Amino acid sequence: MSGTVKPGYARPLDLKRGRVDLGHGGGGRAMQQLVRELFHAHLGNPWLAQGNDGSVLPPAVGRLVMSTDSHVVSPLFFPGGDIGSLAVNGTVNDLAVMGAKPLWLSAGFILEEGLPLLDLERIVTSMAAAARNAGVAIVTGDTKVVEHGKGDGVFITTAGVGSLDDGIALSGDGAIPGDAVLLSGSIGDHGMAILAQREGLGLETSIVSDCASLHMLTASLMKRLGPSIRLMRDPTRGGLAATLNEIAHQSGVGIEIDEPAIPVHAPVAAACELLGLDPLNVANEGKLVLVCAAEAVDALLAEMRAHPLGSEAACIGRVREDARHFVQMRTRLGGRRMVDWLSGEQLPRIC
Amino acid sequence: MKYIDEFRDGGIAHRIAARLADESDPGRSYRFMEFCGGHTHAIARYGVPDLLPANVRMIHGPGCPVCVLPIGRIDMAIELALKHHAIVCTYADTVRVPASHDLSLMRAKARGGDIRMVYAVDEALAVAREQPEREVVFFAIGFETTTPPTAFAIRTAAAEDLRNFSVLCSHVLTPPAITAIVDASPDPASHAVELDGFVGPAHVSTVIGSDPYARFARDYGKPVVIAGFEPLDVMQAILMLVRQVNEGRAEVENEFTRAVTPQGNRIAQELMDEVFELRESFEWRGLGSIPHSALRIRARYARFDAERRFGLAYRTVPDHRACDCASILRGQKRPTDCKLFGTVCTPETPMGSCMVSSEGACAAHYTYGRHGDDAQRGAA
Repeated sequence: MSGTVKPGYARPLDLKRGRVDLGHGGGGRAMQQLVRELFHAHLGNPWLAQGNDGSVLPPAVGRLVMSTDSHVVSPLFFPGGDIGSLAVNGTVNDLAVMGAKPLWLSAGFILEEGLPLLDLERIVTSMAAAARNAGVAIVTGDTKVVEHGKGDGVFITTAGVGSLDDGIALSGDGAIPGDAVLLSGSIGDHGMAILAQREGLGLETSIVSDCASLHMLTASLMKRLGPSIRLMRDPTRGGLAATLNEIAHQSGVGIEIDEPAIPVHAPVAAACELLGLDPLNVANEGKLVLVCAAEAVDALLAEMRAHPLGSEAACIGRVREDARHFVQMRTRLGGRRMVDWLSGEQLPRIC
Repeated sequence: MKYIDEFRDGGIAHRIAARLADESDPGRSYRFMEFCGGHTHAIARYGVPDLLPANVRMIHGPGCPVCVLPIGRIDMAIELALKHHAIVCTYADTVRVPASHDLSLMRAKARGGDIRMVYAVDEALAVAREQPEREVVFFAIGFETTTPPTAFAIRTAAAEDLRNFSVLCSHVLTPPAITAIVDASPDPASHAVELDGFVGPAHVSTVIGSDPYARFARDYGKPVVIAGFEPLDVMQAILMLVRQVNEGRAEVENEFTRAVTPQGNRIAQELMDEVFELRESFEWRGLGSIPHSALRIRARYARFDAERRFGLAYRTVPDHRACDCASILRGQKRPTDCKLFGTVCTPETPMGSCMVSSEGACAAHYTYGRHGDDAQRGAA
């Protein structure tokens, strides 16, 4: 043998032209390489670097909050985000609206054979950026590969752990008649951004997903005005309508909202109109619904509006007594109607 | 949003509501049927009943394309998917209509049927072009509004010599359905509701024009006001109907002049006439068999007719015994009169077709109107 090949040399992943193959999930050297050169390279942190079956984490202050979320969005890349940022922000937001400080995430990847490594790198880079922004570390992960046609590029499941300061007890059953309902901004942006990307609809719009991490906004609200906040939620699938119905049922109350008070961006309203959708049912990925004591409305709105993610914040309604736990809306026409959960599936694979 | 917000303005709504309160005669009641599901939806979604005087009641008509599809037609589409392994494309709500054997197109899809929801018939044509080795059937439903696009698709397929595309034509016609309702009206045995007038179709009328309604005013003495699908259109039409009743007039009036002319869209009418002909009779859910009330594909386009192509036979299937969809579609009962409403029949588990589409009387009431049930309002 000639001496031109260095001992121990392994050809690096071909990130430009390479594609995921079954070997990348086989537990052998190809998988090791993918994990090392792609996941560790972008997500690197001391816990991930331990390289064990589990990561040993330092003790956290306060109680722990844990949440998990799976992401199957199609297309993988969309205006305002991609499945990577969505997977991080989705779980971070679930922790944030509990009033917790997000600390650690896990990430499970189901990759479809044939996925371009360039796409995977773009997704992992985006996850790394979202995690840095949210101040969380992705401390453990897993990769599986399924045959071509058995997945859709990539599915990502994240789980997250956050810490909760003493005295914080936000829960969906905390709304009391007389409370106010606040919303951090416009609704329907994420769902319509995804839908506009789908083939066959011929929609050309400027709609951008609102995919964002809410932890800074929730942290500042909790810090300044925590005691007046009854509960927080992020209205994702099923839209604002689903979230309000969940709150009404969990708290055993009714909710009344005012249609003209709910911010909807004009392109979203137009696209919904065209497709016969109700913005109240369309998904969001960076919005906050907050129920608070009525006397705290002005202070909370001011605090929300001071934050970039809350600049369009509005008081959209109030909590009332209702044994049937209905969500009702004063329409802009001046009439009244119910706001129900969406039945069936408005549009699949949005998050 | 320009040209939308103007028709949903709360200030104008209150001015019309004030006029209605002022002009309606407290000594009598007014019962108007809005024929179209689009109107039913607008009335419920914007809370229009709250703005009407208590003696003005709106009765929901059968103009919901999904609601009037009989089980037998859905069975045919399921047969195409499961037995003939065709790709069946259709408009979204259609997939949820309950059919025989506890199936629906959505459940047939879960059993391996290749069923695709489309927003437009062009998408079905595109599927046929992309998969020439598969049979692709467009399950065409709807009134005169969705018929011209289907006709155009068939003509396009003929021009392209697309050999794997066909249409299961279930298009129905509006005027014969209104005739069936007004014919039933004076018959005491039918327990039909006495109607004082109709809010006439919006989009259908852009195609057929306002002239075809003339005989309902002339021969039956029923005022008709054609109205757009925005809430202010509906309110203005109701005011116009109240005025006709008060003045003892029965005329066809057009509130929707921004889109509807007396003769309608001639090009669309010629296109429909070129591709379709009248069926002898067609079974409607709720209304039963109505002569000359639906369309089939003409012989010259026979190869695009899925019924001929696959030798499908229509079979009448009775509705669930406790389901009141039939009476609700005829305006004889309200959704809340049905024993199944809101119990075993919900939008998640529809037993009858009125609970399927958001334009259906039951689904509209379930989704938007239940808050008024205790007060016996909002159900109208």
